[in-house]
Amino acid sequence: MSKGKVMLGMSGGVDSSVAAAVLLEQGYEVIGVTMQIWPDDGEEKRQSEGGCCSLSAVDDARRVADRLGINYYVLNFRDVFQQKVIDYFTNEYLAGRTPNPCIACNRFVKFEALLSKAVSMGIDYIATGHYARITRDEVSGRYLLMKSVTAEKDQTYALYTMTQYQLQRTLFPIGGFKKDQVRSMAREYKLPVASKPDSQEICFVEDNDYGRFISENTDADIKPGHFVDMEGNILGTHKGIIHYTVGQRKGLGVSFGKPMYVAAIRPEDNTVVLGDADEIFATGLTASDPNFISIEELKDEMRVSAKIRYSAKAAPAVIRPADHGRVEVVFDEPQRAITPGQSVVFYDGDIVVGGAVIDGSI
Amino acid sequence: MSTGNIYFDHAATTPVKREVLEAMLPYFEEKYGNPSSVYSIGRASKKAIEEARESVAGIIGAEPREIYFTGSGTEADNWAIKGAAYANMKKGKHIITTSIEHHAVLHTCQYLESDGFEVTYLPVDEYGLVSPEQLEAAIRPDTILISVMYANNEIGTIQPIAEIGRIAKEKGIVFHTDAVQAMGNIRIDVSKLNVDMLSMSSHKFYGPKGVGALYVRKGTKLTSFIHGGAQERGRRASTENVPAIVGLAKALELADKNMDHHNEKLIALRDRTIREIEKNIPFVRLNGHREMRLPGNVNFSFDFIEGESLLLMLDLKGIAASSGSACTSGSLDPSHVLLAIGLSHETAHGSLRITFGDGNTDEEVDYLMEVLPEIVQRLREMSPLYEEVSRK
Repeated sequence: MSKGKVMLGMSGGVDSSVAAAVLLEQGYEVIGVTMQIWPDDGEEKRQSEGGCCSLSAVDDARRVADRLGINYYVLNFRDVFQQKVIDYFTNEYLAGRTPNPCIACNRFVKFEALLSKAVSMGIDYIATGHYARITRDEVSGRYLLMKSVTAEKDQTYALYTMTQYQLQRTLFPIGGFKKDQVRSMAREYKLPVASKPDSQEICFVEDNDYGRFISENTDADIKPGHFVDMEGNILGTHKGIIHYTVGQRKGLGVSFGKPMYVAAIRPEDNTVVLGDADEIFATGLTASDPNFISIEELKDEMRVSAKIRYSAKAAPAVIRPADHGRVEVVFDEPQRAITPGQSVVFYDGDIVVGGAVIDGSI
Repeated sequence: MSTGNIYFDHAATTPVKREVLEAMLPYFEEKYGNPSSVYSIGRASKKAIEEARESVAGIIGAEPREIYFTGSGTEADNWAIKGAAYANMKKGKHIITTSIEHHAVLHTCQYLESDGFEVTYLPVDEYGLVSPEQLEAAIRPDTILISVMYANNEIGTIQPIAEIGRIAKEKGIVFHTDAVQAMGNIRIDVSKLNVDMLSMSSHKFYGPKGVGALYVRKGTKLTSFIHGGAQERGRRASTENVPAIVGLAKALELADKNMDHHNEKLIALRDRTIREIEKNIPFVRLNGHREMRLPGNVNFSFDFIEGESLLLMLDLKGIAASSGSACTSGSLDPSHVLLAIGLSHETAHGSLRITFGDGNTDEEVDYLMEVLPEIVQRLREMSPLYEEVSRK
């Protein structure tokens, strides 16, 4: 007897492939899908990739689905991906902020568009190969998002926008496994992708050259401007604000006699503010558009560990509600390079409390 | 729940008929000779090909020497269009085709555009019909080729080929028709139709995949397509795929012999399905023409839903159907044919093509009509637009 139908997002990588095998073993009926998110390519690009909508992802995922004997489909999510991820990504950089497209993709494409497609088709759950766990708190009755048992692979930072509705209908089959277990399972199941390397870079930006990607995807004029110091003195010329992110040191293209870092980006006068090592630390931040998971809403102060970017370590902090539905975060120790546009995610041990999008440091 | 596998996608491909397979089998193991060889088993293969050629020619009113076997219908289209374009380019570089051709024709024309040719893509009316008057008006002194498909693969509309042929003949312009979908469903006589070139594909009429044919009226200027041997009168070199060619001919003979019965049966299934969908499901639109239509073709747009989800749910219920032409990865773009007959992007996205064939039964249509209204209803329940409309 099937435990229910699951629509599994398959990227052709090891994690989602093993997820398919795990779900089958657990007794679910698995329907594999690859979300086609790529904009229309020209004839030349199509040829270079070997087919009309072909990406190696589709070929790999299909091979895995065939190996496991599950239904597999390619579904078109190009419009929503363009609007909610690519346009957002471009606009944030143009506004002098540093976006996180993976969070936007999870929020709007996977757990909104894909989930509603599954629900409309009478499918009970969606699943992905994310490193995260979902449990139910018996006391509060709330669904909880928890860190993966593989700490170094944990992806809860990019999942904090999940709602109770979404968590109730989502499965993360590999969140309870270690990465090396996942790899050995891939070999055990003889999945054709067992030795594929992990993906790292932003999936839609070729060669990780996001500056070029943005220039090609906007009509906006990307003009050089001034590097200035904290007092407003002109230090040199930058290539256009989209090329910089707060905390950046490498690639400024100018030598200052001492290490200088991007402290702020100001689209209003097209300047990039530089500071020395001390000047890019701050003890607090404000953040907007919060989502809370373990609690319904933030009413009072709460002690948490807060993580200000995907690769940052969570740091002890106090969060409290601020005006306009925002959240104020005060860290015990000053944090380096708090970056507008990135998200801050709050943890209570392994449990994700919630998160929000950083407006700026205070 | 599922009654197993129901195949409603005969415009995509058809199963090989038992008699066809049996006709092919000796040419794999016993009569494997190369048709170009002088000894006995070579000659046996040669004889099989020439008999196949005669048979195909006889069925379409051509002479055997006017039939060239190819590797597919797409290849036949490519050859006809590129071959006629390059052979006649000193006369002119203008080609007329339609906006609803198969990509085998459209993309070939686009390729020629990048090589200095000019192409007029004629519009079609809301039923997908080309206007012979518009076609005539598009002809210029430098027009060297007209290519209009016999019947459309998505919406099944059958074009006024005889009328177009008459115009082309009057003006002395080479006329090609892509008859890949028509072959086996419509009796075709190239001499009566004034067609100069005609493409067909074996796997659309219960023959094997990987083989097609191009009819080329003698005297039609055409460059050679594959160089490197004397096969197909030196114009399409390659050792012949003997079993496939035998299979094509056998399949066409059977299709020709059974055509009346076959069409009668398919038209009954088609008209019943159209009637019942229109009766049982609101907010639908039949795409294509009601009469000028391939016998097995049903194509509907369902407002407020995505064809993608519909196909997927039908597949999960064991029904194989299609939503316009799917590309190789299986993902779906709005069909250029549905856009050409005036559908919006949204409506085009919500379309379903059912194409009946020999093996289909009334019981299978019963099952379709049991599950389809439910699926459409379920998908519509998720649509905010539908909610708005149904409340009114």
